[in-house]
Amino acid sequence: MRTTWDRVRDAALGVWAVAALVYLFVPIFIVALFSFNDNKGRFNFTFQGFTLRHWEHPFAVEGLQTAFVNSLVIAALATLIAVILGIGVALATIRYRFRGRTAIESLVLLPLATPEVVLGAALLSLFLVGGVVRGFVTILLAHIMFTLGYVVLTIRARLEGMDLHIEEAAMDLGANEWQTLRKVTLPLIAPGVAAAGLLAFAISLDDFVITNFVSGQTQTFPLFIYGAARQGLPPQVNVLAIALLLIIVALMFLNLAVQRRAGQRDAAASAVLVR
Amino acid sequence: MDQHSAPDIALDGITKRFGDTVAVDDVSLEIPKSSFFAMLGPSGCGKTTTLRMIGGFEDPTEGRIELAGQDVTRVPPYRRDVNTVFQSYALFPHLTIERNVAFGLQQKKVPKAEARKRVAEALELVHLEGMAHRKPNQLSGGQQQRVALARAIVNRPRALLLDEPLGALDLKLRRQLQLELTRIQRDVGITFVHVTHDQEEAMSMADTIAVMNKGRIEQLGSPTELYERPRTAFVANFLGVCNLMEATVVARHSDVVELDTADGARLHVAADRVNGSAEGGRLRVGVRPEKLRLAPVGQASGTNVLRGHVTDASFLGVMTHYVVQTAAGASLTIVAQNDGGEGLELIGPGREVDVTFSPKHCFVVEEEHDDA
Ligand SMILES: Nc1ncnc2c1ncn2[C@@H]1O[C@H](COP(=O)(O)OP(=O)(O)O)[C@@H](O)[C@H]1O
Ligand SMILES: [Mg+2]
Repeated sequence: MRTTWDRVRDAALGVWAVAALVYLFVPIFIVALFSFNDNKGRFNFTFQGFTLRHWEHPFAVEGLQTAFVNSLVIAALATLIAVILGIGVALATIRYRFRGRTAIESLVLLPLATPEVVLGAALLSLFLVGGVVRGFVTILLAHIMFTLGYVVLTIRARLEGMDLHIEEAAMDLGANEWQTLRKVTLPLIAPGVAAAGLLAFAISLDDFVITNFVSGQTQTFPLFIYGAARQGLPPQVNVLAIALLLIIVALMFLNLAVQRRAGQRDAAASAVLVR
Repeated sequence: MDQHSAPDIALDGITKRFGDTVAVDDVSLEIPKSSFFAMLGPSGCGKTTTLRMIGGFEDPTEGRIELAGQDVTRVPPYRRDVNTVFQSYALFPHLTIERNVAFGLQQKKVPKAEARKRVAEALELVHLEGMAHRKPNQLSGGQQQRVALARAIVNRPRALLLDEPLGALDLKLRRQLQLELTRIQRDVGITFVHVTHDQEEAMSMADTIAVMNKGRIEQLGSPTELYERPRTAFVANFLGVCNLMEATVVARHSDVVELDTADGARLHVAADRVNGSAEGGRLRVGVRPEKLRLAPVGQASGTNVLRGHVTDASFLGVMTHYVVQTAAGASLTIVAQNDGGEGLELIGPGREVDVTFSPKHCFVVEEEHDDA
């Protein structure tokens, strides 16, 4: 029997859910909407008419293209290097007991727990003391450092659930350490590596605080937006932000779809077994 | 050493310590070609560790390992001519059954056509012809077990190392696969080293059994030898139920040794079973339950007669289990075949009985050495 109370509760729950979704998506919607704004002058605060102009010429603002490309290149390189290093660190700290293992573990994970301002300031003074010219390379180094912890955590989670004997079996069948890594370990941790890479890419792409400390004259997309915001954001920023969002969401769905396919195969397999 | 007469596997003074734990303690043994060798012992006695050292997955703390006369003590697993069937099967989950089985051949760069043929043969050997294109998680436990076996055997190694290969299967499947394993071993003629804690499994399958306890080999021999003439109480008890009685040597003859039990009964034991104990020496005499005969008081004849009363009798159809308390307080387990068709009237619970057994069915075990 559904009582009035039940109905009231269901309705309230529905309203609540809609409110939460609105809260989450309205800002994104506004950003998307204003990428189509046919604005006059510097400001992009009131909707003055629909246009595809900004989508057709997303780089029409000076310096935006360089900043955007810098961000993409830095994110891609930092992800690549952090993933390669992260696989090594995760394998070493899970598979082997050695002197200094705990030290390495905590050092890699430390940036996760440190406030970004502190990290940024510390890096800045390090580079100043060392006389390092700040720019592309220092940004890249900083990004590798703070994404590494996330990569290691994600890959470790995958490795921990893996039967050690599978790798021993490969060696038993004639594969040396390197062949075992290539033919068995990497394929098995691939979903973890993909997730780790996605995470590192997203984190690197939108970092502002640390980048701001170590960037020197080099601009990244977040730095550009911050600078531009003082004189009014050009709608091209909205265009690129939404484009980035779409790219990352697409990658996430791809990752999900691949993993779900694997999951469905497993489920189908169990169904066959139960018979 | 001559390459041709060298045993397939030889361990020489192998010890493995993990920190303070001594997992394997000074083990030496030789496993001859084409034998079915079992390592039997309770959980934690060092069986897996020994096997892993032969496979190359653990380095011995001390000692030498030889395969066919070659020292392989420091050789990595991928350069040892042995293959392992892991207890967890350890199949490659991302590869099909066919590619799992082909893995070793690919590593050895066996030509494609030959590899395909050998994989098909191996799958046929374990009755999995139709499963070649499935993934491991689409197979049942028993089928995965067979894949693990095929994946190892297809390489035609010098020896196959099996770590409790049937441990995860239910009883019925286990019995069936025991028969299959023995058949396969006979067919391919490869040396099998089979680790198990199941004494029936070891006895029914192996030519030779090494009984392990606390990292050491307690006794090594054929199943009959170990069952009929165990040298230690541990082996006697691990391979089945046994009755042990304290006794003192009173006289030695050429064929028998006479001993007295605590309750004054005189026992005769075949002399070749009693090594070196002089008169007055204290021993433990063992007899298997099925070697004991029960008779109503006074009706027994024979060299060894013990008086007691039945405290428990359970009729199981094929046989009857009795527990008899002797005058000295020892409790004897007796299994009597139901070949006469009599019930429990004559020798039921509470009755006084005589227990008899032949001197040639006795064995003598060493005093317990408690050095744990
Ligand atoms: N990697 C290891 N680290 C520490 N102790 C171990 C390790 N492997 C085995 N041991 C110890 O060695 C002993 C023998 O273990 P194992 O060879 O696995 O016995 P079994 O296979 O007969 O059950 C046990 O006490 C076990 O706890
Ligand atoms: Mg074990």
